[in-house]
Amino acid sequence: MSVKIFIPCDMAALSVGADAVAKAVEREIQERRLDAVVVRNGSRGMFWLEPLLEVETPKGRVAYGPMTPDAVPSLFEAGLLDGKQHALCLGLTEEIPYLKNQERLTFARCGIVDPLSLSDYISRDGYKGLQNALKMSAEKIVEEVTNSGLRGRGGAGFPTGIKWNTVLKAQGSQKYIVCNADEGDSGTFADRMIMEGDPFVLIEGMTIAGFAVGATQGYIYCRSEYPHAVKTLRRAISIAYENGYLGDNAAGSGKTFDLEVRMGAGAYICGEETSLLESLEGRRGQIRPKPPLPAIEGLFGKPTVVNNVISLATVPIILDKGADHYKNFGMGRSRGTLTIQLAGNIKYGGLVEKAFGLTLRQAIYDFGGGTATGKNLRAVQVGGPLGAYFPEKLLDTPLDYEAFAAKKGLVGHGGVVVFDETVNLAKQARFAMEFCAEESCGKCTPCRIGSTRGVETIDRIIKNEDRTKNLEVLNDLCEVMLDGSLCALGGLTPYPVLSAVEHFPEDFHGTTA
Amino acid sequence: MQVWNQERAVTIVQQLKELPGALLPILHALQEEFGYVDHSVVPAIADALNISKAEVHGTISFYHDFRHAPPGQHILKMCRAEACQSMGCDAVIEHVENRLGAKLGETTADGNFTLDAVYCLGNCALSPAAMLDGKPYGRVSTQVADFLIDDATRRGGQRG
Ligand SMILES: Cc1cc2nc3c(=O)[nH]c(=O)nc-3n(C[C@H](O)[C@H](O)[C@H](O)COP(=O)(O)O)c2cc1C
Ligand code: SF4
Ligand code: FES
Repeated sequence: MSVKIFIPCDMAALSVGADAVAKAVEREIQERRLDAVVVRNGSRGMFWLEPLLEVETPKGRVAYGPMTPDAVPSLFEAGLLDGKQHALCLGLTEEIPYLKNQERLTFARCGIVDPLSLSDYISRDGYKGLQNALKMSAEKIVEEVTNSGLRGRGGAGFPTGIKWNTVLKAQGSQKYIVCNADEGDSGTFADRMIMEGDPFVLIEGMTIAGFAVGATQGYIYCRSEYPHAVKTLRRAISIAYENGYLGDNAAGSGKTFDLEVRMGAGAYICGEETSLLESLEGRRGQIRPKPPLPAIEGLFGKPTVVNNVISLATVPIILDKGADHYKNFGMGRSRGTLTIQLAGNIKYGGLVEKAFGLTLRQAIYDFGGGTATGKNLRAVQVGGPLGAYFPEKLLDTPLDYEAFAAKKGLVGHGGVVVFDETVNLAKQARFAMEFCAEESCGKCTPCRIGSTRGVETIDRIIKNEDRTKNLEVLNDLCEVMLDGSLCALGGLTPYPVLSAVEHFPEDFHGTTA
Repeated sequence: MQVWNQERAVTIVQQLKELPGALLPILHALQEEFGYVDHSVVPAIADALNISKAEVHGTISFYHDFRHAPPGQHILKMCRAEACQSMGCDAVIEHVENRLGAKLGETTADGNFTLDAVYCLGNCALSPAAMLDGKPYGRVSTQVADFLIDDATRRGGQRG
């Protein structure tokens, strides 16, 4: 059998030259007439090592990286196909501490399989969850998801099983499963990695959701900034159709489940579920007031499950290994694993799937190795553009929904963005307001006008015009936004702003620059 | 990329109008074909979907993606969200703006480049991130940005 050489087709790997490495490897294989093939896998999520090359050996996969096309010939000279030593050799992939110390449940296959190989998927426990679900009643599937303790990974942390139960109980001739793949938060890429690296797990999760609540149609709403994910998903969906896993009698169930990908159009607000539904229906992405909940009146007015990619992609392993297995990971009311994304100014940026409860410090230092620039860490923003800026002294906060809320922070979708000592928090606070103004759907005044006023006010503070008075104005503005906004864009933008003022007052009061 | 062709545009509208929630797929398809959405197509869309022209206009202008005029030969999207800020994207963007003589959201006078801001490309562990003609790039320093611009200029011609 041909020796398999793996080089990721993940967008991040491509961004640092994975295609050129793959081409160089193909050339060597041909010139040396070797019995080897290149497989394009997803990413393992160790981005500082990308492009990462792996070769399959009897002892397991051996990794080399970060690769360059120029280094490829020497790799073959050294005996790549036998996993021999080389300056870029990292040893057995699974033994790399960054990976070894993780608990990969949702990401069990990501970076290992060929994303578009259904046989790879099935040979590594794919569709086992669905097979179990087929033997269960709809109520029992929902109960299993409820018992697992899974909470939505899109940001709000709402229990997935409870949402599903509402849709199951709702009356409707038609119901929908909508996957929220808008992943707009800076510092996040977990959804993208799954869609590019293991798309069948999302398809399986959505199919199970469909059977659980009685929905026959699913949509994946994917942001347009992710063209690679869209392409991979569309191909995976056709493969699933061709093999009877989607459509009428999906997976031999006797039931129908159809699935389609739709593309967003560059609006952050369309990640909010009601705005997303408006957009899917073909309108401006303006927020709908709740109630009615989407679970009762969602897409085209019908009962609809809206879940994040990671929530849905976690369902198969819950149905495969059981609710108890999943629930045994985690702390407090945050059960299972969190897909932490280490981003920004960090030495070892990437994906860390770990049971809830790891502290921010452990994530940043034990996994992330501190800042990329080697300068002192000064601030960390967790949870995307609406998340608070934490100073060094809050780094011992465990990654857990409640623990973060207690510190006026947000776990959100699990993005961790690190800043070194060169950061200016007044500038970051200004950006938070500017972003809110730019992305506001325009429905309510506190958000639309408040954010613009916020930018102006922070500008005055930066210019040292009437600082004390303008800091008060800023505080008042934030209060109005917190209390008077219809959705969390206006309602949470004060978090990064106020946390910046609270924890880094010197950047607001400091001597004039 | 083709120049705007009303007949072809109307065909695209007709082909997609039966989709549930057809408006975004139609707009994306038009932009894919022509690089932008010409306002002359609005009445045809409104007619096909049985909605008002104001609604079509309102939707096109709501979304950052849809262009109202043809873009430059190359489209350079630069991320300016927080993770990229932490690695100095602002300075790189400023450098590119100066070099091209175009601000974010503008097209160069020679029509060679359209420079766009994006808020996160999902490549935040390899910041600063950019995308040139649909291809992703990571760790984009000023030198890398210069290289990308030089290379695209040399290639000239069609994007892709
Ligand atoms: C401004 C804003 C942006 C959001 N963006 C996203 C997003 O990009 N992806 C996502 O899954 N949820 C996002 N959400 C949360 C969704 O509204 C919703 O809670 C989520 O899709 C529900 O799925 P879950 O329960 O699986 O998390 C956003 C919310 C707000 C207020
Ligand atoms: S808070 Fe902002 S984004 Fe949310 S509904 Fe109001 S205007 Fe729209
Ligand atoms: S913040 Fe720039 S790629 Fe995510």
